[in-house]
Amino acid sequence: MSSPGLTDTSLADHIRPVAADSHVSASVFLGDVAAFALGDGTVILANGATTSRVNVHPDSAILVAAADGTHLVTGGDDGRVVRTSATGETEEIVRVANGAWIDAVATGPDGAVAWSAAKQAHVRDGKGNVFTLDIGSSGRGLAFAPKGFQLYIARYNGVTQWFPRTQGKPKEVTWKGSHIDVTASADGRFVVSTMQENEMHGWRLADGANMRMSGYPSKVRSMSWSFDGKWLASSGADAAIVWPFMTKDGPMGKPPLELGIRPSRVERVAFHPKAPVLAVGYKDGCVLFVRMDSDDEQILQARAAGDGGAVSALAWNADGMMLAFGTDEGAAGVLTLPKV
Amino acid sequence: MSDKIPVTVLTGYLGAGKTTLLNRILSEEHGKRYAVIVNEFGEIGIDNELVVGADEEVFEMNNGCICCTVRGDLIRIIEGLMKRKGKFDAIIVETTGLADPAPVAQTFFVDEAVQDNARLDAVVTVADAKWLKDRLKDAPEAKNQIAFADVILLNKTDLVSKEEVEDVEARIRGINPYARVIRTVKSQVPLSEVLDRGAFDLDRVLEIEPAFLEAGNDHHHHDHECGPGCTHDHHDHDHGHDHHHDHGHSHDGLKHYHDEHMKSVAFNIPGDVDPEKFIPWVQDLAQSDGQNFLRWKGILAFKGEPRRYVFQGVHMILDGDLQREWKPGEKRESRLVFIGRDLDEAKLRAGFEATAA
Repeated sequence: MSSPGLTDTSLADHIRPVAADSHVSASVFLGDVAAFALGDGTVILANGATTSRVNVHPDSAILVAAADGTHLVTGGDDGRVVRTSATGETEEIVRVANGAWIDAVATGPDGAVAWSAAKQAHVRDGKGNVFTLDIGSSGRGLAFAPKGFQLYIARYNGVTQWFPRTQGKPKEVTWKGSHIDVTASADGRFVVSTMQENEMHGWRLADGANMRMSGYPSKVRSMSWSFDGKWLASSGADAAIVWPFMTKDGPMGKPPLELGIRPSRVERVAFHPKAPVLAVGYKDGCVLFVRMDSDDEQILQARAAGDGGAVSALAWNADGMMLAFGTDEGAAGVLTLPKV
Repeated sequence: MSDKIPVTVLTGYLGAGKTTLLNRILSEEHGKRYAVIVNEFGEIGIDNELVVGADEEVFEMNNGCICCTVRGDLIRIIEGLMKRKGKFDAIIVETTGLADPAPVAQTFFVDEAVQDNARLDAVVTVADAKWLKDRLKDAPEAKNQIAFADVILLNKTDLVSKEEVEDVEARIRGINPYARVIRTVKSQVPLSEVLDRGAFDLDRVLEIEPAFLEAGNDHHHHDHECGPGCTHDHHDHDHGHDHHHDHGHSHDGLKHYHDEHMKSVAFNIPGDVDPEKFIPWVQDLAQSDGQNFLRWKGILAFKGEPRRYVFQGVHMILDGDLQREWKPGEKRESRLVFIGRDLDEAKLRAGFEATAA
């Protein structure tokens, strides 16, 4: 297979620009259709040379989005959660009371969807059953566990581990402060949050051991696991900060790698789904690919710094041949890697 | 000043007239689009997609600064609003009548993304001319809101006599002489007087001399303010007394009040300060005394720097930058104002004067 980082072809020629013209809240792939969730409430679906725009949240902004490979789930400041297919069909999953903003969305197994708003988390499973949990503070980040039907909820002072189908109290891991987003390792052993402070926090679930992952000059807004689950990349510094998770202790006592050091802040990171390659998006709009399996890091520029502001969205398709990116001032595009 | 979105924080004790003012801002034709962050949806009778409900989630930052609380919900809402950048010109944050303004104000200095996109323009406090005096006695929140303010609407002045208005205004000035006080009826004030003021209100730090002119609504009276060189005793009770300092103004018997704990002090260096000394001094001061400072503000002439250094602080949080140049003919001077509790005036003065260039 071809993978990025091995060719010296100018990748700029392989970018198909998408005129988003609004803040790109997220980019995802639904099959090979790139979907962009935007601050003006619309979703752009880019299928090869054909693009269409769907008005998913009229007169509103899409605040958060997630996708499961076939559907995009968006949450807006209209208090609605909407599911959009690759062909543009939409289904309103919920409209929350009083128009409370949707704080987070996540997609889970068998078409399950989770959302949080107004200090509650909700899950709708594949059969349409809806479960609700009071969380006492805003649920800023949601992530389904890699196995089983369970949801991690980032909140004030920790992360809640919720099993919606079982009665009884959810489990919790705690750490003082406001937790913004959450992710779990593929083997289910570690949970990592980003915080209001400039740091991440991790827990080893087996014994609740804490891992402080600090030293960032800015807030961490993006995390991504490598395809083999051995590395967790993060934004928030002038390089992608990549923590090792291959041993039973995770990153405890180990320094992270710093990949793609540039005089700009890393805003988004996205690991390639099949190769040890990290896509890194910067505040100045630049996107780099960094290959990390050799002694010297190999770097390839995917997009030059320029108009459109900071990179705010970055996603690979399933086979890793396409990358969809967007910026906070409405530039976007799809890069299709040349076959070599 | 910058392309950052100006944010007005609107405070005021329950029933003072905040909602009336908000409804005016939302309904009047003024050519500006405001995103309004409110506490109670119900109170605002206007359906507007840019009215956002907040839920007052105050939390502590883990930065070793014990009074560093921020509003988590505001951070989230402002980040969300930035996705609609270009759809509105300014943000107004309404706080509940019982809220301490500090976490709201600190949010604009602590969170990086908020700071990159928004700037605290002014804290506007709506006060009830009839009831403020009582609230100052029994509600510490009301006193904090007055101490915090850059602009105070002294509202419902039609419900009290002229003498009572003068009296309540004097009490306000006893706590915070640096706020601009505007007397209103039914919160009727030109909105340009309260919104998007730029650094204008901060300039009062320089304008207010130990005695300064204040134009009343129907007559001129001269007001005396405590400032540098103020040597009054700060009694533990209200007292009205005539001042006859020899600075040439005639006083018309205006009362002066001093609050026992909450007061303001101002210091002046008639020239430059050395930033190498000033910056470390304020940073240390923030750590040692910041808990007692509700607001502190300054406009400074840094040695060798053509631009004015303008800074403001809330408790331990400081924010400052170089702004416009000193104008030709404008006197280069350095002025610092503290509003807070139990201020050690002698210590603050000595510390500031030691930074003179």
